[in-house]
Amino acid sequence: MVDVLIIGSGGAGLTAALAAKKEGATVTVVGKTYPTNSQTSMAQGGMNAALGNVGEDNVNAHIADTIKSAHGICDEEMVRKMCTAAPDTIAWLESLGVPFSRLDNGGMGPQTIAQRQMGGASAKRACYAQDYTGLKILHTLYDTCLKEKIDFLHEHYLLNLIVENEMVKGATFLDIRTGEVKQIDAKSVIIATGGYGSLYHGFTTNAYGSTGDGVAAVLRAGGSVSDMEFIQFHPTALKHSCILVSESARGEGGYLINESGKRFVDELKPRDEVARAIFSQMQEGERVFLDVRHLGEAKLMELLPQEVELCKMHEHVDPSTELIPIKPVAHYTMGGIDVDQALKVNGLKGCFAVGECSNAKVHGANRLGGNSLLEITALGKFAGENACDYARSSNITPADDSQQQKDATQIETLLSQEEPMNFYPYREMLGNIFYEKVGIVRENTQLRETFNEVNSIQAILNEMGISDKNRENNQNLVDFLEFQNAMLLAPLIISAAIQRDESRGAHYKVGFEETNEILQKQIVLQLEKEKVCR
Amino acid sequence: MQIKILRSHTNTHQLYTLPAGEIPLLNALTYIKETQDATLTFSAGCRASVCGTCAVRVNGREELSCSYKVKPGDIIEPLQYHPVLRDLKVDKNKAKETLSKSTAWLHNAQDASLTHTDEKLSETQTDCILCDSCYSACPVFAVNPDFLGPFALTRAYRYSSDKREGSVKDIIDNIQSNGVWDCTLCGECTAVCPKGIDPKMDITMLRSTSVQEGYQDPSFATQSFGTPDFGGGGFGFDPNAGF
Repeated sequence: MVDVLIIGSGGAGLTAALAAKKEGATVTVVGKTYPTNSQTSMAQGGMNAALGNVGEDNVNAHIADTIKSAHGICDEEMVRKMCTAAPDTIAWLESLGVPFSRLDNGGMGPQTIAQRQMGGASAKRACYAQDYTGLKILHTLYDTCLKEKIDFLHEHYLLNLIVENEMVKGATFLDIRTGEVKQIDAKSVIIATGGYGSLYHGFTTNAYGSTGDGVAAVLRAGGSVSDMEFIQFHPTALKHSCILVSESARGEGGYLINESGKRFVDELKPRDEVARAIFSQMQEGERVFLDVRHLGEAKLMELLPQEVELCKMHEHVDPSTELIPIKPVAHYTMGGIDVDQALKVNGLKGCFAVGECSNAKVHGANRLGGNSLLEITALGKFAGENACDYARSSNITPADDSQQQKDATQIETLLSQEEPMNFYPYREMLGNIFYEKVGIVRENTQLRETFNEVNSIQAILNEMGISDKNRENNQNLVDFLEFQNAMLLAPLIISAAIQRDESRGAHYKVGFEETNEILQKQIVLQLEKEKVCR
Repeated sequence: MQIKILRSHTNTHQLYTLPAGEIPLLNALTYIKETQDATLTFSAGCRASVCGTCAVRVNGREELSCSYKVKPGDIIEPLQYHPVLRDLKVDKNKAKETLSKSTAWLHNAQDASLTHTDEKLSETQTDCILCDSCYSACPVFAVNPDFLGPFALTRAYRYSSDKREGSVKDIIDNIQSNGVWDCTLCGECTAVCPKGIDPKMDITMLRSTSVQEGYQDPSFATQSFGTPDFGGGGFGFDPNAGF
């Protein structure tokens, strides 16, 4: 029985693993791909820490900016904890060898780390490594995990948590290579499986795999989720491929302009406001562009080399001489698994959640750019330590294999189902209707329509399935299991959006354009008793 | 437009038809899986050339599926020197072990004053996404499956050249056997890297550091220049010694 089972091998999972191992725990990290494939690699712009390397800054200003952007529904104590830990977290990453961009100021250690402006920030606070910040942090964490001999299990897809009397005792996995269903017993579990932005299939900056697997597993285990309606739309994704163009493009001085070449919004406002401003231009029939031509080729190649490459490759546009066509798409899910101040999942024992899958209430209604890399590392460490403490204090006995058997039976059923309906068109349909009707600007009639549409897909979900019947390496099966998770989360997102008759941060509703004091609280949801696994 | 994809269960190339127009290979593979053949198996992730998941070979050359634009008649095959799990999906475990073997991490962190120039020293090397393209293109694996390979050595170089590393020799010690001296310096890795990394140059740099740390080229060590021959004929080399 392992002390700490970590599900998800992105930045949050790897940090938690290093922290738990350092505390002396035995650790296994399980992921559905390889660690460096994770969504963390896509974070571009930076990681916030009030170092004050470029102009004045202090932790209180970071806290204040984060709280302001959260629009009243964050946990100020958690924000304080995260922002206060930021400088130490950067120092830790520096000691692991993260290749940050540098200033020539003759300082030592983190003092030389370059910092840039991001939206909604009162100072140049985002530490960066060109526009590859997430990639370079993730790979350094991975290298360090190899150094510390962390145990990894690759290509294992999370099926369910194993729960007895609300106590989590491990989890079941589909070994994607062999098709076997396996059980891993653990004294404590950390879920670090990422967000659910891929529900907006075709309209998201996220990787295919951001399907909310951990969030869905917690729901099925009887845990709670909260703030599911708060989904961040990134203002600048490439128009045709939805590939992210970092906020740092605006932080470094890029403009947003419409077809007539006019700027229409302060580009450095928080993402929710900028995304809405772009959306309303598009509603008026305007095409919108990101203009970084005035920065010049040398500066672009220095600060945003990845963006330049992606623009050329996917839009056939050279940003140093041409306008970049953009649109806002789903980017980050603020809500997720409802956790307490120790990151323990509410409603379950021995189970923690961290990173985008969790709702630690540090982002509230709108996350600031640069705070997600901070969350996964600062709180990832906290989760690792807390899970280790829990594992040490508990004397759990392993669960029986009933959950494993149940899950194995379900996989068998899918593999033997005759002439199932192809689910891929429905995955696409779900993405379309979510972008259109549960998007940047919402409206109750449309939300209700979508709720009904989702229900009607739900009604035929049993007839859908996989035509690939191969047991081994069946990606069709994994895609379908991910789609089932998306279908579990979809109605919860819509019903929370319907309940929230106000506008707050990323949730903007026509007819309710103001913030309503009475609704300054989380909407917490659980599955109905009969849908819970046990 | 038609393309051929190597299927593992038959070991033959299967023909698929795509709509005309520009399309990244990854979108084409997804289109085939969603609408024509759900059994076609490949790996995919970020769509933005940064997660390292989707490298394959197109007409014998390594490409990221998400960035390669399909052309009529393209032949798509899995990476070389990786066990094929199914169709275009390969097992990357063995390749990843080279990172552990070469101990490509910071061994003994020390405080340092880093500059913009220091950043530039490893900027490109740290763009590596571990897509395994270089590993697939490296001909050394055909004769030595235990070779540490280009990406692990580039990573070893990246840490060895970091001012924060207080024990460079610890890294250098671990890249001698099946390491820097086994490279043929053919440059195939450099040619296929989607991130413009030059592992061949990094390996050359590591050779210099190795010599500075007291190692020598093992093939050189077995060679003999013989005794000076002042009698003319030849250039002083012993033709029977090692070449």
